[in-house]
Amino acid sequence: MNWLNTAFVLGAAFLAVFWEASFGGVRYLVGAQVDLLPPLMVYAALSTGITTVTLLAVCAGLWFDSLSANPLGVTVLPLFAVGLAIHLKRGLILRDQPFAQAVLGLAASVVVPALTLLVLLTMGRSPLFGWGTLWQFVVLCVGGAIATPIWFELFGWLQRALVHRRAPEASFRLDREIRRGRR
Amino acid sequence: MLKRPHYITLGLVVALTLVVLNLPGQTTARLKLAIGSLFLPLFGLANSTQQAVGAAGDAVLPRRELVKQNELLRQEEQRLRLQALQAQEIAGENARLRQLVGWRAQVPWKLKLAKVVLREPANWWRSVQIDLGSRDGLQVNLPVLTTDGLVGRIASVSLTRSQVVLLGDPNCRVSARVENEARDLGVIGASGPLAAQLVGLDYLSPGANLKPAQRVVTSGEGGIFPKGIPIGVIVDVQPVDYGSRYEARVRLAANLSALEEVWVMFP
Repeated sequence: MNWLNTAFVLGAAFLAVFWEASFGGVRYLVGAQVDLLPPLMVYAALSTGITTVTLLAVCAGLWFDSLSANPLGVTVLPLFAVGLAIHLKRGLILRDQPFAQAVLGLAASVVVPALTLLVLLTMGRSPLFGWGTLWQFVVLCVGGAIATPIWFELFGWLQRALVHRRAPEASFRLDREIRRGRR
Repeated sequence: MLKRPHYITLGLVVALTLVVLNLPGQTTARLKLAIGSLFLPLFGLANSTQQAVGAAGDAVLPRRELVKQNELLRQEEQRLRLQALQAQEIAGENARLRQLVGWRAQVPWKLKLAKVVLREPANWWRSVQIDLGSRDGLQVNLPVLTTDGLVGRIASVSLTRSQVVLLGDPNCRVSARVENEARDLGVIGASGPLAAQLVGLDYLSPGANLKPAQRVVTSGEGGIFPKGIPIGVIVDVQPVDYGSRYEARVRLAANLSALEEVWVMFP
C-alpha cells in the first residue's frame, strides 16, 4: 500500500512537471506559471513517510530542472526543506481540514521558489528578478492554495478506488462468547 | 525534533545536491538531456493529441470557408511573387555594386523550420525547447527567428531537441543597431519578470538621438547574429547614471508568448 501511494505521488509529480512545461496558458493570462510541486510536497509530507518525501524532492526536482534553464539539482533542496519541515510538524497539523491544506500550500508555494532564487543568486546566476517577481509570488501563492486541497482530494479518491481497505475487526470473539442456559 | 533517519536523509539530499551542482558543465548537460528524455513518450502523446484535434477542426470547416481562404492565399502568393521578382532585381544590383566596390558578397540565409515543444516551467528564465537537435545539424549559438523578427539563440543541443534562450533572458544579449541617421549601437539585455515583450536596450552613447517607433535590428557585431534581423521598435528612452548614457525600452517584433514555430538560421 505504501509503495503504491509513493508511485502515485511520483507519477503525479512527473505529469505535473510535464504540464508546467507544456501548457503556458496560465502564464499567458496572469504573467506567471503556477508550480504544482510544492502543493504535492505538502500532500506527501502530511500523508506519507520520509522516504516518499525524499524521493519526491529528488525526482521532481531533477525532472523540473531537466526541462528548465535552471542548473540541474537546484530545486531539490528547497523542495526537500519544505517537505521535511512539514513532515516534522505533521502531528500538530489538522491535515484533513481543507483550510489547513490551503494555508500550507500557500506557504510552500512561496518558500520553494524563494529558496530556489536564493540558491541561484548564491551560485552567482542572474535570474529575472524585480518588482514583477512580487506579482509572480502572488500568483504562485493563489495557485498553491487552490492546488493543495485538490491534490488531497485526488489522492483520497485514488486510495478509495484502487487500494484495498482492510475490513474492520468484528467485536465478536469465540473465547468471549457468553453461553446462556444449562450445559 | 530531528531523529536519526531524518539526519541521514537530510545529509544524503544535501550531499546529492552539492555533487550534482558541482558536476562539470558537459556532464550536467548530458545528465539533463538524459533525464529530459524520460518525457519523450509524453511529447509524442501531446503531439498526436494536438494533431487529432487539428484534424477534427479541419473536418468540420465548411467548404465555403476553405474556398475563401484558398482565394486569399492565391492573391497573397501572386503579391509575394511580384515582390520576389523585385527583390531578385535588387539583389542582383546589390551584388554588382558590391563587386564594383570590392565588398564580399552577402550569403543568403539558410533556414530550417522547428516546432516549439516545451516552454520554460520556471518563472525566472525565458527559454523554449524545439524539436530539432544535433541529428538535424543544430549547434550551440545558432540564431532563432520568426517571420516577424529575432527570437533568441540555441543554448544547448541534444540528439532530438534543443533549448533556445529567448530575447529578454539574462543569458541572451544581442548587439543591436537603431535605424536612425546616427545608426546608434547598443546591447539588448534582460527584460522584467512580467513584461516579456519589452526588453532593455542599454550602453547607448549619451549623444544618441533616439525617438519612439524607431526600428532596432541586429548590428552583426558579436559573431552570433548576422546583421539586419529585425528585433523591435523603441518605446521610450531615459538617461541613466546621471546622463552618462541612455537606456531605451524596445517592444519586440516577434511575439514570444505565442511561439509555435520558429526558424533556425544556419551559417
